Amino acid sequence: MGRYVVRRLLQMVPVFVGSTLLIFLMVNVMGDPVAGLCGERACDPATAAQLKREFGLDKPVWQQYLTYMGHLFTGDFGTAFNGQKVTELMGTAFPVTIRLTVVAILFEIVIGITLGVVTGLKRGRPVDTTVLLLTLVVISVPTFVTGLLLQLLLGVKWAWTRPSVSPDAPFGELIVPGLVLASVSLAYVTRLTRTSIAENKRADYVRTAVAKGLPRRRVITRHLLRNSLIPVVTFIGTDIGALMGGAIVTERIFNIHGVGYQLYQGILRQNTQTVVGFVTVLVLVFLVANLLVDLLYAVLDPRIRYA
Amino acid sequence: MPEQQPYEAGRAVAGTGMGGAMDLAASEATTLERAPGGPEGPGPGGFGPQGVGPAGRPRSLWSDAWRDLRRNPVFLLSALVILFLVFISLRPSAIASGNPLACDLAKAQDGSAPGHPFGYDGQGCDVFTRTVYGARTSVTVGVLATLGVSVFGSVLGGLAGYFGGLWDAVLSRITDVFFAIPVVLGGLVLLSVVTSNTVWPVIGFMVLLGWPQISRIARGSVITARQNDYVQAARALGASDARILLRHIAPNAVAPVIVVSTIALGTYIALEATLSYLGVGLKPPSVSWGIDISAASPYIRNAPHALLWPSGALAVTVLAFIMLGDAVRDALDPKLR
Amino acid sequence: MRGVTRARGAVCAVALALAATGCGGGGSGGGTAGAVLSSSWGDPQNPLEPANTNEVQGGKVLDMIFRGLKKYDPRTGKATDMLARSIDTDDSRNFTIRVKPGWTFSNGEKVTARSFVDAWNYGAGLRNNQKNALFFGYIDGYDKVHPGTGRQTADTLSGLKVVDDHTFTVRLNQKFSSFPDTLGYAAFAPLPRAFFTDHAAWLRKPVGNGPYMVASYMKGAQMSLRKWDGYPGPDKARNGGVDLKVYTDGNTAYTDLMSGNLDLVDDVPAAQLKNVRTDLGDRYINTPAGILQTFAFPYYDKAWDKPGTEKVRTGLSMAINRKQITETIFHGTRTPATDWTSPVLGVAGGFKEGLCGKPCEYHPDEAKKLIKEGGGIPGGQVRITYNADTGSHKEWVDAVCNSINNALGDDKACVGNPVGTFADFRNRIGQHKMTGPFRAGWQMDYPLIQNFLQPLYYTNASSNDGKWSDKEFDELVDRANAESDQTKAVRLFQQAEGVVRDHMAAIPLWYQNGSAGYSERLSDVALNPFSVPVYNEIKVG
Repeated sequence: MGRYVVRRLLQMVPVFVGSTLLIFLMVNVMGDPVAGLCGERACDPATAAQLKREFGLDKPVWQQYLTYMGHLFTGDFGTAFNGQKVTELMGTAFPVTIRLTVVAILFEIVIGITLGVVTGLKRGRPVDTTVLLLTLVVISVPTFVTGLLLQLLLGVKWAWTRPSVSPDAPFGELIVPGLVLASVSLAYVTRLTRTSIAENKRADYVRTAVAKGLPRRRVITRHLLRNSLIPVVTFIGTDIGALMGGAIVTERIFNIHGVGYQLYQGILRQNTQTVVGFVTVLVLVFLVANLLVDLLYAVLDPRIRYA
Repeated sequence: MPEQQPYEAGRAVAGTGMGGAMDLAASEATTLERAPGGPEGPGPGGFGPQGVGPAGRPRSLWSDAWRDLRRNPVFLLSALVILFLVFISLRPSAIASGNPLACDLAKAQDGSAPGHPFGYDGQGCDVFTRTVYGARTSVTVGVLATLGVSVFGSVLGGLAGYFGGLWDAVLSRITDVFFAIPVVLGGLVLLSVVTSNTVWPVIGFMVLLGWPQISRIARGSVITARQNDYVQAARALGASDARILLRHIAPNAVAPVIVVSTIALGTYIALEATLSYLGVGLKPPSVSWGIDISAASPYIRNAPHALLWPSGALAVTVLAFIMLGDAVRDALDPKLR
Repeated sequence: MRGVTRARGAVCAVALALAATGCGGGGSGGGTAGAVLSSSWGDPQNPLEPANTNEVQGGKVLDMIFRGLKKYDPRTGKATDMLARSIDTDDSRNFTIRVKPGWTFSNGEKVTARSFVDAWNYGAGLRNNQKNALFFGYIDGYDKVHPGTGRQTADTLSGLKVVDDHTFTVRLNQKFSSFPDTLGYAAFAPLPRAFFTDHAAWLRKPVGNGPYMVASYMKGAQMSLRKWDGYPGPDKARNGGVDLKVYTDGNTAYTDLMSGNLDLVDDVPAAQLKNVRTDLGDRYINTPAGILQTFAFPYYDKAWDKPGTEKVRTGLSMAINRKQITETIFHGTRTPATDWTSPVLGVAGGFKEGLCGKPCEYHPDEAKKLIKEGGGIPGGQVRITYNADTGSHKEWVDAVCNSINNALGDDKACVGNPVGTFADFRNRIGQHKMTGPFRAGWQMDYPLIQNFLQPLYYTNASSNDGKWSDKEFDELVDRANAESDQTKAVRLFQQAEGVVRDHMAAIPLWYQNGSAGYSERLSDVALNPFSVPVYNEIKVG
């Protein structure tokens, strides 16, 4: 187990370097960020040159990357164009996005798995077909349409919720955005659980449990669900990173000042430091989540042992 | 290593990074891959459709599946919808006589009128005509992106899976690198610099960030197929790597790729709409559902029809492809019969 | 005059926001004096230093927390004395400025002549990266403090001298009679010592001498400004304070206004304009602002610089149905342009309705004919470039293109060409990569006709993005600037404007209004000619 984890951690290093380099290059392709700093007119050349020098933009890209990574290891994520430390931005953005992600994942787990179990047990019945169709519809409508519709209906027409989220972003206000963010994944968790449950329902150990006379509830939660959860856990685990980085659209619609918002602003202003910094953290989250998911297998399925 | 391999592959399949929708399809395919082995015996042999049964030869899997599909109403319905979409993509003028670029601002946001059943959008263009013509672009993006992703992903994943060792290590890490970039973010960054108003940059971007998904699935299937007796036999008979890959492994490993691709296709079409919403999608004078949906979304209060018709068309299309993929998956999965 | 031209160009960048400012009137109470209102805001792009803020959002704040020597009247835009007791000159080059006594910063420090001189030296200094350093470009010694290349060789502008606590002198490097009128810009604001001694702390919570002070600042999310009770000026705040809330999307801000989470939206998104009357009734204001939207052309591209292309440009202008677009897309928040200035100038100031005449009217048939005569559209297709990230430019560019296409009977004669980010849009302009017309918006710095012409069309002027150049125009502008009689100067400027028209150097589209919506709690809401709310006059409750 220990050796396995160490090996996985070592494998993360090249992936980490590669991803950050990739995003660094991508942001650099966008061109000279200084041009956008002076409003609707050209920057005066001396100031532009000075700014470039200070942000290290006058050096070749590889050198910029090395400097950046060097700073990164000392915990310095650089400074955004508005003079703020990127770490400071992260300090305000990540708590908000983590709360949003937690809400979204709770939705996935509670609603997604419940629906999945119900439909899996009643495969082919009307309830199954209905939920199946519903999930398909959710999957096939782009998030921003769902988001705008819910905002208009719940926030304005019926006035059940606030249409936007206040800067503190308490959990209560994140319910609707969390639902929107989770919607597509929710649909998939449902389908995933359904398939898995339907498949394991006929397994020998379930039959044995039923034959032993165990109550149906116990069979489902202890035997069936536990064994059916592996693909679901896999999905949810790896979805964490996607939810955090993919909230650009949701955060924009509901005016949430989280990671997606900072990334969006960073890209619009071609702020390399912000974009690369945030993506670096997201890549780390993605890698760690993947590792945790793999380790979770061993918990869910004792037959799996990591050498 | 052998013990955890299937699960690593499984995880990989479900891997994230494509901002949600795209990998979901893959996760479902996980179930398919794992199905034969099931929870009873997660081992190297527990992959892929070739575990159909003791005597299960690949051909019979395909013919079984086909027999299933022909009788499956879900498949027939989705296939019909897709055929219809292909038809209007090729010959949009057959059902919409107007010109999607002819717009009269005087009619902006008007409701339906004789000859214009869907009404007009914010620019006074006919929503019906634009919805019909939008199918071509949207379906083109979906199909070509899927083709690109499948080919590119299968080749790289296949090579990694077949040769293993250093190849596998390097290719898999590269896959991870691309997987780790959030897709919407990548789109914003890469597509914001593009000036071309063709569909190619959008397709290229989808392939660039989409291939790892297929690559991981292909890798997993190839690893399983490689260990089959007939592959060992072929190798013993002195067959070349190329021959083994093409003749013996590819046919056996291709099923999961097909399944995931059909499901992913729908999500690419939806992704195009999201990119347009963020202002980096297709550019005029292209006519696409994504452009129309994003243009109409601010007017949701005044002219919901301009938003709902192209959204509806998009939803039906995505639905058709996902249902097709679903049906194919069920047909290929003997466990669920 | 070149230096001045450049400086004014830089000034313009800021104007919209900075020159905002409240009115002269003192506070007759009313409403709940202590109540706080909330208002939509955008995250400022640069650190909130006065000489470093060149966009509306940061400018809104500076306008609330700073008062300079002059201030622009929120109704007329005219510069009036604020902290200045007098600004005297004999030769339009050496100025003696006397500062009123009794003003302090909100931290208690006195505002003295030094507060200004230090601030200006800082603003001009190259090493301080102040994006509006060009404001100081006509003060003697600027070339030492802010050289075109290399490092600065002096820390202070040699043209600035402190005489006593409340007097300082300014020596310019050229004659510039309207210099005092520029001193209302935020870049010329005084700065407290704390700005220099603990810069980081100052940036976290800026301290100024305006009617409001910053109570708390959550960067990227919200800034709370509260009334400063000790404010010595005449334009005291009539409300307890303002909470500026950052919105990414104007539609969300408007939605929040409707559901009661926000009191004031100072830029109603175009998509919602159709609903404002039903949503807000008379709580919606739509007032003219000194903003003109045009299409500029790339004259560095041979295809657009050929003789005869003026016919193509005029033809394109005549193919645009301005009336329909301003009514349908903008619901009256824009007015079709008939000259190259703005109605806020007033007739005496140089606004001349109909100066453009027929070329700015919609005549589809003639448009087609003219374009044909001019050799057709270069490349066969006009691609109108704009940035897609801010504002709702896509809608009106698409509408303009549809109008042109309909007029020419060719559905691909014109297409919009969105550029993903504003930074990239500016890049392409700066690198002369435009191949067709591109969006150009001009916000005035001060209500003078000069400001609408010289920075935009004078050879090599700072905002002459298309690099248009015409000897006749330049000569007329030079003569106008030398003219001391205002009526004669205006007439000369209008002659120059005629040159712009005859070449159709840029296609004027529409005059832009400021629009705002507010909640039932507010009254006395107004926008100044720079389309920024006059916060200190707003009453709550």
